[in-house]
Amino acid sequence: MATAAKFELTDDSVVVIVGTGAGGGVLANELAQKGVKVVALEAGGRYMPEDYINDEWESFGQLAWTDPRTTSGDWRVAKDFSGLPAWIVKAVGGTSVHWAGASLRFQDHEWKALSAYGAVEGANLLDWPLDAAEMAPWYDKAEAKLGVTGVGGRARLPGSNNYKVFEKGALALGYKDVHTGNMAINSADYDGRMACQQTGFCFQGCKWGAKWSSAYTDIPRGEATGNLEVRDHAHVARILHDDSGKVTGVEYFDKDGNLQMQKARVVAVAGNSFESPRLLLNSHSSMFPDGLANSSGQVGRNYMRHTTGSVYATFEQPVKMWRGTTMAGIIRDEARHDPSRGFVGGYELETLSLGLPFMAAFLDPGGWGREFTTALDSYANMAGMWIVGEDMPQAENRVTLSETEDKFGLKVANVNFSDHPNDIAMRNHAYKQGQAIYKAVGATRTLPTPPYPSTHNLGTNRMSERPEDGVVNRNGRAHDVPNLFVSDGSQFTTGAAENPTLTIVALAIRQADHIAKEMAAGNV
Amino acid sequence: MTRLNKQGLTRRALLSRAVAAGALAVAGPGFIAAPDAAWAVEVTAISEHEMATLLQMARDIYPHDRVGDRFYAVAIKSYDVTEQKDMVAEGIAALDEAAKKAGFDNYLAAGWEDDRVAILRSIQDTPFFQTIRGGLVTGLYNQKDIWPIFGYEGESFSHGGYIDRGFDDIDWL
Ligand SMILES: Cc1cc2nc3c(=O)[nH]c(=O)nc-3n(C[C@H](O)[C@H](O)[C@H](O)COP(=O)(O)OP(=O)(O)OC[C@H]3O[C@@H](n4cnc5c(N)ncnc54)[C@H](O)[C@@H]3O)c2cc1C
Ligand code: SF4
Repeated sequence: MATAAKFELTDDSVVVIVGTGAGGGVLANELAQKGVKVVALEAGGRYMPEDYINDEWESFGQLAWTDPRTTSGDWRVAKDFSGLPAWIVKAVGGTSVHWAGASLRFQDHEWKALSAYGAVEGANLLDWPLDAAEMAPWYDKAEAKLGVTGVGGRARLPGSNNYKVFEKGALALGYKDVHTGNMAINSADYDGRMACQQTGFCFQGCKWGAKWSSAYTDIPRGEATGNLEVRDHAHVARILHDDSGKVTGVEYFDKDGNLQMQKARVVAVAGNSFESPRLLLNSHSSMFPDGLANSSGQVGRNYMRHTTGSVYATFEQPVKMWRGTTMAGIIRDEARHDPSRGFVGGYELETLSLGLPFMAAFLDPGGWGREFTTALDSYANMAGMWIVGEDMPQAENRVTLSETEDKFGLKVANVNFSDHPNDIAMRNHAYKQGQAIYKAVGATRTLPTPPYPSTHNLGTNRMSERPEDGVVNRNGRAHDVPNLFVSDGSQFTTGAAENPTLTIVALAIRQADHIAKEMAAGNV
Repeated sequence: MTRLNKQGLTRRALLSRAVAAGALAVAGPGFIAAPDAAWAVEVTAISEHEMATLLQMARDIYPHDRVGDRFYAVAIKSYDVTEQKDMVAEGIAALDEAAKKAGFDNYLAAGWEDDRVAILRSIQDTPFFQTIRGGLVTGLYNQKDIWPIFGYEGESFSHGGYIDRGFDDIDWL
């Protein structure tokens, strides 16, 4: 194994990637495999499976992004978790350390939401400049990389207690497309990673490495090529450009808080959907007074977080939902687009469990008294599911620069979000169905639980055919700046009903191919 | 920070100095303790009345009848510091005032949970209430020792996960 590369700060032949999560981590490895020299800058530290802590709050303290952020809008998160709009990771591997592994392709029509649904009042719908046929081969590669179950000849995971309750209720209601999902969690040894041991702390980082994360797959493999250098505790403050409007490098604060400047031939931004637009906005200059790559005014806009919510239910007898894989269970029947239900787009229902400490924090934030505590008293008899549906992009749901500054003196992201009526109609439908599912198995009580701080963050640098409609083109390349790319979930034009990461990974693999070709051709 | 002393206070010593402070805890100079002396918390910065009131408040906010007072005591012990003294004093004074309006001598003098909960509802939007409630979410539920009471098993990695230990053992469906 070659030792990881080390590049000079003055080396202007490298691709600099900001963030090493699902998007940035995969892009870094894919480029390194193609012989492209990469410096990946990651604000967080580096933790491996042996470091992960199977304790919810302790793990949160180890991995979560807790730098300041501010919130506004009428979403309940702004009231209950005003400083924590999202539950995401600050570490090498990004939120792919936390994620549960649900890996679904978009449905074909979801690439063309505006055409499929028609204009929706108050929504800023747009068709992706990509389609299902074009993405199919990239999805194939992404599924093979992640080892997704239920496709490519890989067996699905076995069903846990929580799944069995969910499945029985779903079948009783007549749902057909019900199974343990397409999971980036090994059901058998695959690609040097072992099979899932059903330990049940998928959100805290998989200590067995059974779940895919860029932290212990793509990143070390990229480093092994000798083409990738990952610098952790490197917080990028600003992207720099020259008089021609091309980016030339980035300024970042290193481990010791010193400001460094890394030159670059190409910069790819993959800091998740709050930090990526924040970085572009903080990189304003006399040439780009509204922020880098923002001639459209779309940087930060159209923030999407999926229409979510949970349904928990208590039963006469124990379920022990915490045992086993957190999210291996899905009902897909409601994912279709069927406006007769009173909303456009669709939603997935997926099994979910939280440990007792997180259940106490998230079941009914702010709630107290016996209505709350008697539910927790039945914790062992509880089953749970999560709703994930397509939410509407809205211009005013957006990330802007807050007046609050972080420890480096950089303006932090303010996240403004309010539900669209379509989101509310969808959530209410899903609550009703979720409760009916559990009642069909004898639930003694059902608990329609409000959305948590966002785990899926999308759309704030969206992809568009026309430069005036979005920030990046079909390759994630900034409309305004030829050697600047966006490589994370913020490029999403619309959110679809599916968990986003498989699509983020497929786009990153595709983008690596594009960047390498453009570099070879001297176009960038 | 959260010191809970299961010290060997004799029943006699306790009772001789005890003042009734709600149904559940006994306050004496410098400490509050369970009436059976199974546990006691030292009180340093705030008064015994304040500590006993906080304890009752904690129970009334998150009542779990199978969770003993000692766990609630741990959850609120961190308020017994100089920096919190004024916040606690003002908050409890306002709570007792609200109790008076409801016809009780003070909060602890309301014997039924329903009455105390009604008093709490009347102050639930105050920063004091929200601070105490918010702190309990982690202060109470993140105590590993209470998890077994709820059946929660915590980490399983050190036992090899649940693959051979019942991840799919449900038998009543
Ligand atoms: C609990 C949980 C469960 C989830 N489950 C699923 C699931 O089952 N299926 C699914 O598809 N998705 C799931 N997700 C979502 C998934 O994790 C994200 O969609 C995905 O990781 C996003 O990838 P990203 O590249 O956009 O950002 P991230 O993976 O968040 O990576 C961004 C990285 O950039 C770094 N960074 C940010 N700003 C800077 C800066 N200025 N300088 C340097 N570095 C910076 C951050 O520290 C971070 O490491 C889940 C998320 C959570 C929190
Ligand atoms: S349940 Fe499986 S995937 Fe989840 S953390 Fe445990 S071993 Fe990893």
